[in-house]
Amino acid sequence: MSSVSVSPDELKDRIEAAIPGTLADVSGDGHHFEAKVEGPAFAGLSRIAQHKLVYDVFGAELGDRIHALSLKITPTEAR
Amino acid sequence: MSESASNPMREAIASAISENPVILFMKGTPEAPACGFSARTVAVLEALDQPFAAVNILPDPAIRQELSAVSGWPTIPQLFVDGELVGGCDIITEMFQSGELQKLLGVDAAGAGEPEPAAAVDAAPLSIENLL
Repeated sequence: MSSVSVSPDELKDRIEAAIPGTLADVSGDGHHFEAKVEGPAFAGLSRIAQHKLVYDVFGAELGDRIHALSLKITPTEAR
Repeated sequence: MSESASNPMREAIASAISENPVILFMKGTPEAPACGFSARTVAVLEALDQPFAAVNILPDPAIRQELSAVSGWPTIPQLFVDGELVGGCDIITEMFQSGELQKLLGVDAAGAGEPEPAAAVDAAPLSIENLL
Protein backbone atom coordinates (compact mmCIF):
# COMPACT_ATOMS: atom_id res chain seq x y z
CA MET A 1 0.00 0.00 0.00
CA SER A 2 1.52 3.25 -1.10
CA SER A 3 1.08 6.31 1.05
CA VAL A 4 2.40 8.84 -1.46
CA SER A 5 -0.50 11.07 -2.33
CA VAL A 6 -1.75 11.64 -5.85
CA SER A 7 -3.03 14.97 -7.11
CA PRO A 8 -6.54 15.25 -8.58
CA ASP A 9 -4.99 17.18 -11.47
CA GLU A 10 -2.83 14.21 -12.37
CA LEU A 11 -5.91 12.01 -12.62
CA LYS A 12 -7.77 14.63 -14.65
CA ASP A 13 -4.89 15.02 -17.10
CA ARG A 14 -4.42 11.30 -17.53
CA ILE A 15 -8.12 10.60 -18.13
CA GLU A 16 -8.38 13.43 -20.66
CA ALA A 17 -5.18 12.38 -22.42
CA ALA A 18 -6.10 8.70 -22.60
CA ILE A 19 -9.72 9.06 -23.75
CA PRO A 20 -10.01 11.51 -26.64
CA GLY A 21 -12.67 14.21 -26.35
CA THR A 22 -13.22 13.57 -22.64
CA LEU A 23 -13.60 16.23 -19.96
CA ALA A 24 -12.85 15.25 -16.38
CA ASP A 25 -13.55 17.07 -13.15
CA VAL A 26 -11.63 15.36 -10.36
CA SER A 27 -11.57 16.10 -6.67
CA GLY A 28 -10.00 14.15 -3.85
CA ASP A 29 -7.78 14.00 -0.79
CA GLY A 30 -4.75 12.39 -2.44
CA HIS A 31 -6.00 8.81 -1.91
CA HIS A 32 -9.78 8.86 -2.44
CA PHE A 33 -11.11 10.59 -5.51
CA GLU A 34 -14.36 11.51 -7.16
CA ALA A 35 -14.41 12.14 -10.87
CA LYS A 36 -17.13 13.53 -13.07
CA VAL A 37 -16.26 12.46 -16.57
CA GLU A 38 -18.04 13.23 -19.80
CA GLY A 39 -17.30 12.59 -23.44
CA PRO A 40 -18.43 10.95 -26.65
CA ALA A 41 -16.27 7.88 -26.00
CA PHE A 42 -18.88 6.63 -23.52
CA ALA A 43 -21.89 6.87 -25.82
CA GLY A 44 -23.57 3.57 -26.51
CA LEU A 45 -21.54 1.65 -23.91
CA SER A 46 -22.95 -0.23 -20.95
CA ARG A 47 -22.21 1.25 -17.53
CA ILE A 48 -19.70 -1.51 -16.91
CA ALA A 49 -17.88 -0.69 -20.15
CA GLN A 50 -17.96 3.05 -19.40
CA HIS A 51 -16.35 2.56 -16.01
CA LYS A 52 -13.82 0.09 -17.38
CA LEU A 53 -12.71 2.64 -19.95
CA VAL A 54 -11.69 4.96 -17.11
CA TYR A 55 -10.37 2.22 -14.82
CA ASP A 56 -8.14 1.00 -17.63
CA VAL A 57 -6.34 4.37 -17.65
CA PHE A 58 -4.96 3.54 -14.20
CA GLY A 59 -4.69 -0.25 -14.22
CA ALA A 60 -3.01 -1.67 -11.13
CA GLU A 61 -2.69 1.77 -9.54
CA LEU A 62 -6.35 1.45 -8.58
CA GLY A 63 -6.63 0.10 -5.09
CA ASP A 64 -2.96 0.86 -4.57
CA ARG A 65 -1.71 4.42 -4.94
CA ILE A 66 -5.22 5.44 -5.98
CA HIS A 67 -7.15 3.95 -3.10
CA ALA A 68 -10.60 4.70 -4.45
CA LEU A 69 -12.01 6.37 -7.52
CA SER A 70 -15.71 7.11 -7.55
CA LEU A 71 -17.02 7.80 -11.05
CA LYS A 72 -19.95 9.73 -12.44
CA ILE A 73 -19.89 9.24 -16.19
CA THR A 74 -21.98 11.14 -18.71
CA PRO A 75 -21.87 10.14 -22.37
CA THR A 76 -22.10 13.06 -24.78
CA GLU A 77 -22.80 13.14 -28.48
CA ALA A 78 -19.85 12.85 -30.81
CA ARG A 79 -18.76 16.16 -32.25
CA MET B 1 -10.28 -21.05 -19.29
CA SER B 2 -7.85 -23.93 -19.04
CA GLU B 3 -5.79 -22.49 -16.20
CA SER B 4 -8.78 -22.53 -13.83
CA ALA B 5 -8.27 -26.26 -13.32
CA SER B 6 -5.03 -25.58 -11.50
CA ASN B 7 -6.40 -22.57 -9.67
CA PRO B 8 -8.75 -23.64 -6.87
CA MET B 9 -9.34 -20.07 -5.70
CA ARG B 10 -10.40 -18.87 -9.12
CA GLU B 11 -12.59 -21.92 -9.52
CA ALA B 12 -14.22 -21.36 -6.12
CA ILE B 13 -14.97 -17.75 -7.02
CA ALA B 14 -16.37 -18.67 -10.42
CA SER B 15 -18.67 -21.32 -8.95
CA ALA B 16 -19.81 -18.99 -6.16
CA ILE B 17 -20.77 -16.47 -8.85
CA SER B 18 -22.65 -19.02 -10.91
CA GLU B 19 -24.38 -20.70 -7.97
CA ASN B 20 -25.70 -17.58 -6.24
CA PRO B 21 -28.32 -15.51 -8.07
CA VAL B 22 -27.20 -12.40 -6.18
CA ILE B 23 -23.70 -12.29 -4.75
CA LEU B 24 -21.69 -9.38 -3.39
CA PHE B 25 -17.92 -9.42 -2.99
CA MET B 26 -17.11 -6.81 -0.37
CA LYS B 27 -14.69 -5.61 2.26
CA GLY B 28 -15.96 -6.90 5.60
CA THR B 29 -19.36 -8.48 6.13
CA PRO B 30 -22.90 -7.15 5.62
CA GLU B 31 -23.14 -6.82 9.41
CA ALA B 32 -19.76 -5.08 9.69
CA PRO B 33 -18.65 -3.55 6.39
CA ALA B 34 -15.00 -2.46 6.45
CA CYS B 35 -15.25 0.19 3.74
CA GLY B 36 -17.73 2.95 2.97
CA PHE B 37 -18.32 1.75 -0.59
CA SER B 38 -19.11 -1.77 0.55
CA ALA B 39 -21.37 -0.36 3.27
CA ARG B 40 -23.29 1.74 0.77
CA THR B 41 -23.82 -1.21 -1.56
CA VAL B 42 -25.07 -3.41 1.28
CA ALA B 43 -27.43 -0.62 2.33
CA VAL B 44 -28.95 -0.50 -1.17
CA LEU B 45 -29.55 -4.26 -1.23
CA GLU B 46 -31.02 -4.15 2.25
CA ALA B 47 -33.27 -1.23 1.31
CA LEU B 48 -34.70 -3.46 -1.42
CA ASP B 49 -35.09 -6.40 0.99
CA GLN B 50 -32.94 -8.33 -1.44
CA PRO B 51 -31.38 -11.51 -0.04
CA PHE B 52 -27.80 -11.88 -1.22
CA ALA B 53 -24.75 -14.01 -0.67
CA ALA B 54 -21.71 -12.08 0.53
CA VAL B 55 -18.01 -12.82 0.35
CA ASN B 56 -15.52 -10.93 2.45
CA ILE B 57 -12.41 -10.43 0.32
CA LEU B 58 -10.23 -9.15 3.15
CA PRO B 59 -9.01 -12.38 4.78
CA ASP B 60 -6.79 -13.28 1.82
CA PRO B 61 -5.37 -10.96 -0.89
CA ALA B 62 -5.68 -13.87 -3.34
CA ILE B 63 -9.48 -13.60 -3.23
CA ARG B 64 -9.39 -10.07 -4.59
CA GLN B 65 -6.68 -10.89 -7.10
CA GLU B 66 -8.55 -13.87 -8.53
CA LEU B 67 -11.91 -12.09 -8.40
CA SER B 68 -10.56 -9.24 -10.51
CA ALA B 69 -9.03 -11.77 -12.90
CA VAL B 70 -12.43 -13.44 -13.29
CA SER B 71 -14.48 -10.24 -13.58
CA GLY B 72 -12.04 -7.86 -15.25
CA TRP B 73 -13.11 -5.30 -12.64
CA PRO B 74 -10.40 -3.79 -10.45
CA THR B 75 -12.29 -2.41 -7.46
CA ILE B 76 -14.37 -3.66 -4.54
CA PRO B 77 -17.32 -4.09 -4.01
CA GLN B 78 -18.54 -6.12 -6.99
CA LEU B 79 -22.14 -7.21 -7.36
CA PHE B 80 -23.10 -10.13 -9.59
CA VAL B 81 -26.67 -10.98 -10.57
CA ASP B 82 -27.37 -14.24 -12.39
CA GLY B 83 -23.68 -14.72 -13.04
CA GLU B 84 -23.16 -11.27 -14.59
CA LEU B 85 -21.13 -8.43 -13.12
CA VAL B 86 -23.52 -5.54 -12.54
CA GLY B 87 -20.96 -3.15 -11.12
CA GLY B 88 -19.48 -1.54 -8.06
CA CYS B 89 -20.82 1.01 -5.63
CA ASP B 90 -21.23 3.88 -8.14
CA ILE B 91 -23.15 1.81 -10.67
CA ILE B 92 -25.32 0.10 -8.05
CA THR B 93 -26.20 3.46 -6.50
CA GLU B 94 -27.03 4.97 -9.90
CA MET B 95 -29.14 1.97 -10.89
CA PHE B 96 -30.96 2.05 -7.55
CA GLN B 97 -31.78 5.73 -7.98
CA SER B 98 -33.02 5.22 -11.54
CA GLY B 99 -35.05 2.10 -10.71
CA GLU B 100 -33.00 -0.12 -13.03
CA LEU B 101 -31.66 -2.19 -10.16
CA GLN B 102 -35.16 -2.93 -8.90
CA LYS B 103 -36.07 -4.08 -12.42
CA LEU B 104 -32.98 -6.26 -12.73
CA LEU B 105 -33.59 -7.90 -9.35
CA GLY B 106 -37.31 -8.22 -9.97
CA VAL B 107 -38.23 -6.39 -6.79
CA ASP B 108 -41.12 -3.99 -6.47
CA ALA B 109 -39.79 -0.44 -6.69
CA ALA B 110 -42.30 0.59 -4.05
CA GLY B 111 -40.68 -1.83 -1.64
CA ALA B 112 -44.03 -3.31 -0.60
CA GLY B 113 -44.00 -6.20 -3.03
CA GLU B 114 -45.19 -9.74 -2.51
CA PRO B 115 -43.27 -11.72 0.07
CA GLU B 116 -40.16 -13.27 -1.45
CA PRO B 117 -39.75 -17.02 -1.18
CA ALA B 118 -37.38 -17.11 1.77
CA ALA B 119 -35.45 -20.11 0.49
CA ALA B 120 -34.58 -18.45 -2.81
CA VAL B 121 -31.10 -17.42 -1.80
CA ASP B 122 -28.76 -18.59 0.87
CA ALA B 123 -27.89 -15.29 2.49
CA ALA B 124 -25.20 -16.72 4.72
CA PRO B 125 -21.74 -15.36 4.04
CA LEU B 126 -19.71 -17.74 1.94
CA SER B 127 -16.35 -18.82 3.16
CA ILE B 128 -14.18 -18.98 0.08
CA GLU B 129 -11.21 -18.26 2.30
CA ASN B 130 -11.75 -21.66 3.90
CA LEU B 131 -11.07 -23.43 0.64
CA LEU B 132 -7.39 -22.63 0.70
